[in-house]
Amino acid sequence: MMRGWRSLLPIIVFTALYAAVSLSVTNSYYQLVMTLVPVWAIFGLSWNLLSGYTGLISFGHAAFFGVGAYAVALGQIYFDLSPWVMIPIAAVLGGLAGLLIGFPTFRLQGHYFALAMLAYPLAILYVFEWLGLQEVTLPIKRDNPIAYMQFSDHRLYTLLALALMLATILLTRAIERSRFGMALLAIKQNEAAAEAAGINTLAWKLRAITLSGAIAGAVGGFYAVVLLVVTPQSVFGMLVSAQALTVAMFGGVGTVWGPVIGSVILIPLAETLNAEAGSRFPGIQGVIYGLAIICVVLLAPEGLFWKVRDVLRKRSAPPVAAPGASDLSIATAVAAAPIPLRPKRTQGTGDVVLEVRNLSRSFGGLKAVQDVSFKLRRNEILGIIGPNGAGKTTLFNLLNGFLRPGTGEILLDGRDMSGRKPHELCEAGIGRTFQIMRPFLRMSISDNVAVGAYVRAKTDAKARQLATEAIARVGLSDIADRIAGELTTKELRLMELARALAGQPRILLLDETLAGLGHDEANEVVAVIQRLARDGMTIAIIEHTMQAMVRLVDSFLVLDHGAVIVEGEPEAVTRDSRVIEAYLGKKWMAHVPN
Amino acid sequence: MTQALEGFLQALSAGLLIGAVYGLMCVGLGLIFGVMRVINFAQGDFMMLGMYAAFYFFTALGVQATFGNTFGPFVAIVLAGPVLAAFGYVVHLALISRVSGTRTSSLEGEGHYAQLILTLGIALILQNGGLLVFGSVLASIRTPLSSSAWELGPMLGDISVFINKARGIDAVVSLVTMMLLTLLITRSRIGKSLRAAADNPTAATYMGIDVDRAHRIAFALGTGITAISGGLLATNYPFHLFVGVEYVIVMYAGVVLGGMGSIIGAFWGGMTIGLVQQMSTLILPTQLQNAAIFVVFLLIVFFRPQGFFGRMVERT
Repeated sequence: MMRGWRSLLPIIVFTALYAAVSLSVTNSYYQLVMTLVPVWAIFGLSWNLLSGYTGLISFGHAAFFGVGAYAVALGQIYFDLSPWVMIPIAAVLGGLAGLLIGFPTFRLQGHYFALAMLAYPLAILYVFEWLGLQEVTLPIKRDNPIAYMQFSDHRLYTLLALALMLATILLTRAIERSRFGMALLAIKQNEAAAEAAGINTLAWKLRAITLSGAIAGAVGGFYAVVLLVVTPQSVFGMLVSAQALTVAMFGGVGTVWGPVIGSVILIPLAETLNAEAGSRFPGIQGVIYGLAIICVVLLAPEGLFWKVRDVLRKRSAPPVAAPGASDLSIATAVAAAPIPLRPKRTQGTGDVVLEVRNLSRSFGGLKAVQDVSFKLRRNEILGIIGPNGAGKTTLFNLLNGFLRPGTGEILLDGRDMSGRKPHELCEAGIGRTFQIMRPFLRMSISDNVAVGAYVRAKTDAKARQLATEAIARVGLSDIADRIAGELTTKELRLMELARALAGQPRILLLDETLAGLGHDEANEVVAVIQRLARDGMTIAIIEHTMQAMVRLVDSFLVLDHGAVIVEGEPEAVTRDSRVIEAYLGKKWMAHVPN
Repeated sequence: MTQALEGFLQALSAGLLIGAVYGLMCVGLGLIFGVMRVINFAQGDFMMLGMYAAFYFFTALGVQATFGNTFGPFVAIVLAGPVLAAFGYVVHLALISRVSGTRTSSLEGEGHYAQLILTLGIALILQNGGLLVFGSVLASIRTPLSSSAWELGPMLGDISVFINKARGIDAVVSLVTMMLLTLLITRSRIGKSLRAAADNPTAATYMGIDVDRAHRIAFALGTGITAISGGLLATNYPFHLFVGVEYVIVMYAGVVLGGMGSIIGAFWGGMTIGLVQQMSTLILPTQLQNAAIFVVFLLIVFFRPQGFFGRMVERT
């Protein structure tokens, strides 16, 4: 709590300083500029909330801004409603617009999303022109100006804008630190992994765009009050969307400081240039503006904030932290737990946790998985093997919901779960890791793992606790604060394991967890998996390293060309001629004993 | 009845003619997007520069004196192509290459953020810098043909369709340019390297293709082609510095419609946009013409994001 308050200090100091400076400005043009800085900062923050955190770039934030601006203007003209009432309503309308636009548009990804967003405000722009709303002026209220947010002292607008900005910053920070923010960051870095870790990505994205739209709507409404005139170009135009994107990207994407920094530098720069040199060099404002953002992009592609932070970090960082320490601790932890051969278990005991019946899936003519059936019992370790392209990973993708089965059933505790979304299956108790690792590279180990914990945790504190436990189970406690991007392959594999564990799964699907590891590293990871099994976890594991597998698993499921060719205990399976043929080809059959 | 039919045919022919020019415009962007996967916000402004280049070739650099009023504009327009291609080449070399191609791996979001803001910056400089250079008055490259028409008909009773001569020639120039480009891409060595770089940059690099150079050529070609299409538009529409913003959405709509990455698709996409725009005048007020384009664009993006000619590539 103390830490939270202390980190608020810069924001409060900044706001207070800004307020003091703005009160000392007497020139009415500069008073307007002082008001526009927080206005565009808020708009940038709103953009940042969606695009900065989720990575889905919106070119269409003007849609929300314009809806808010027109709502306030038309509300006052036609219904004599004060902006004090209309700005909150504008926020609601902006939020609704966000929801309406988000729901269909989130089906699109990457470029398609960005381009579709571009079209909304421009389409609305033409509709407003057609409606004859080319220029809407807010009526001046002489009787009771304060009730209509019409101040004779323009500095009051600045203070009001600052208050709005402060509120937006606090809101953004609260989100950043909650499961909301974690979910968005996880989506940005790897949407599939986030979904597999139990995050309902669509729901969080919809919340983000609704909130973002609401903020943009409110600030759009305020902008209308400040300028008193609303035109389609000035609130729905492409330059308005570009403004949000520019201040945020210039200042820094994905941080609350970014849009504020961007706005504080760019808006006064552009406006001053326009006022000073605009008559002699028309357009100088735009040129300098363009040059400024080009320079920033080339020199600091993620924005000023991150660049400055990186420079400061480099300067203050200790030479090189001793890297040996952490490895040592894992090694000792592992050494403390000797690797026993898995005790022989009688087949066919224990409750069936997962049952797969006649599961099939094809891609075009390719039958990637055909008619696969098996049962997984409580505390069993099932090894899934087969040559490359046998359909192992596709089977996992079907089990955790990345792919919808063509036919067949997936029964979890007797309930049919086939065709559910990954986050629903995660919630139902299926955790997984990936063959090609999907870490959230810019987050620390503990944040990565916490993302996986939210599916079981009601509160942030609970999620942290589950994450800490999961990290301890894989032996990464000592380096829990390191950023995932700095980790070795082994540590990443263990971190993914912890992320899956944090959601307290009933079944763990491990996809080539040992791939890319050296012999000793592989042994360490195997030891961790063995400990999990000893503690009662049910596991299905895909692996190529037969030595490791034979020591680890209770039974094998061998796939080839998408179908099960053999199923049984390790000893029997490794001697099975069909398995040898599938792996090595027919000509080796002669060398097989008996 | 005949009147309605006449209106329909008139809109159809206008749509086809303007669609041919839009098609070329989209091909320019489609080439850049298809090969480089860069969203270039400044493409509309490159087109604007193409319009001004043609304008000055015609009025100040002797094309009018040499080729006359009637056909001079078309010569000037074609000449603007190579000039803008050279411009595009330099812009890519100096700026775009720093945030695209083989350098993107170290950037967040594969460099998309950086590309967007960079091209946005270029667009801002071109639009506002243009104020200093070109001034803010409307310009146009009119020929006597802009205000005369061929009459088809009367046919089927007394229906006749008028075809604006300048637009007719525009469409022909556009189609010829398109054919030359297709030949270049399918037959030449450069074309091959472009296609390889588009298809799989990594594999292309291993095969000894300089992917960054292929991108530069694509960027230059795309810029030049869009510039020509801009000049063609200017024979019938007056233009100004901010004209690019109006057309950039048409370009993206066309490219998405045709399927990102397909050159011929982009042409048909642009053609479709032209048809939609002209046909919508039959039922919608003029101000809503552009809104109709966006609605069609959104529908396409939702229901067939891979476009008419594109393939859907999905990976888990």
